[in-house]
Amino acid sequence: MNYIFYFLIVISIIAGAINGRLSDVVNAILSGAELSVKVAFSLIGIMAFWLGIMKIAEKSGFIALIAKIIKPITRKLFNEIPEDSPAIGDIAMSISANAFGLTNAATPIGIKAMEELQKENKDKTTASNAMCMFLAMNTAGFQLIPATVIAVLVGIGYKNPTEIIAPTLVVTTIAFLSAIALAKLFQHCWREK
Amino acid sequence: MQIISLWALPAILLLILTMGLFKRIPLYETFTEGAKDGFKVAVNIIPYLVAIIVAISMFRASGIIELIGNILSPQLCRFNIPADTIPIMLVRSLSGSAALGIFSDIANNLGSDDYATKLSAVMVGSSETTFYVLAVYFGAVGISKLRYALIVGLIADFIGIVAAVWVCNMMF
Repeated sequence: MNYIFYFLIVISIIAGAINGRLSDVVNAILSGAELSVKVAFSLIGIMAFWLGIMKIAEKSGFIALIAKIIKPITRKLFNEIPEDSPAIGDIAMSISANAFGLTNAATPIGIKAMEELQKENKDKTTASNAMCMFLAMNTAGFQLIPATVIAVLVGIGYKNPTEIIAPTLVVTTIAFLSAIALAKLFQHCWREK
Repeated sequence: MQIISLWALPAILLLILTMGLFKRIPLYETFTEGAKDGFKVAVNIIPYLVAIIVAISMFRASGIIELIGNILSPQLCRFNIPADTIPIMLVRSLSGSAALGIFSDIANNLGSDDYATKLSAVMVGSSETTFYVLAVYFGAVGISKLRYALIVGLIADFIGIVAAVWVCNMMF
């Protein structure tokens, strides 16, 4: 992450200077910083709501139930996490929320899953294998219905916007499965620097 | 399909609350106890978001993405990839709102019959913004050493692009 942070900024400044867009690059610092805080603050309310609901789900045994149902899959993917950890149920709920396009619910639930995974993590500043697996599943963005894209297509008068669903589903499934396979692969062959 | 996406959220709420009531859990107190953390979590991710969003905003403003796009477009044309869709491929992992913005642009300018509209729709609809997801989720628990998480995310994004090109070539 150190190198990525460094190179993103250095390349931006050099490329901006060459393209004569250095002032745009400088302005982007201000607008980017402002946007970050906006994003974080827009999360507060919905985050509080879902963390509240998830607390009820946890105490009522709902999450444990979900965890039990998907145990055969998670035991293989998250072999370092104890089977009775609430993390397993949270992960399942977060992935399902993503799949149904409930982005607002998926982020708070996903963060709660990360907190549970962090409890099992030995080194609190370094990502565990389970975290990398969970985020691989998340960054692949498995979604059953691409609602936003369909909304744009409807907006331009696309005759049959639902024809986009099938190819999108195929592609997102391929990306999702490759992400899982890659995370498993890297788990075995990743060497710490 | 539409009924499923409309009912998914209400159904989950009904299920969780009803189960809580049956188990005699103090619903209101438990909810507010959990909700208390909302502010803390949101504020905790600010430093990580600022780092990643500022760097990416600078990167996009520098014009480098257009530059790479111009270099790549002759090569990619051989795979039946329209030049208009190349910025989406480059920006997809960095910024979700930018990818959606470019897609809206393509859709509005080229219209519904154009292949570029369909290909970019599939590419945008099948992806999640890798950098944003990693910044938010790792930031929320204070993790700064990501190990292989970013590499895996980016390779999977690349596979997604190849798959999108392949599937769209066959279907449209």
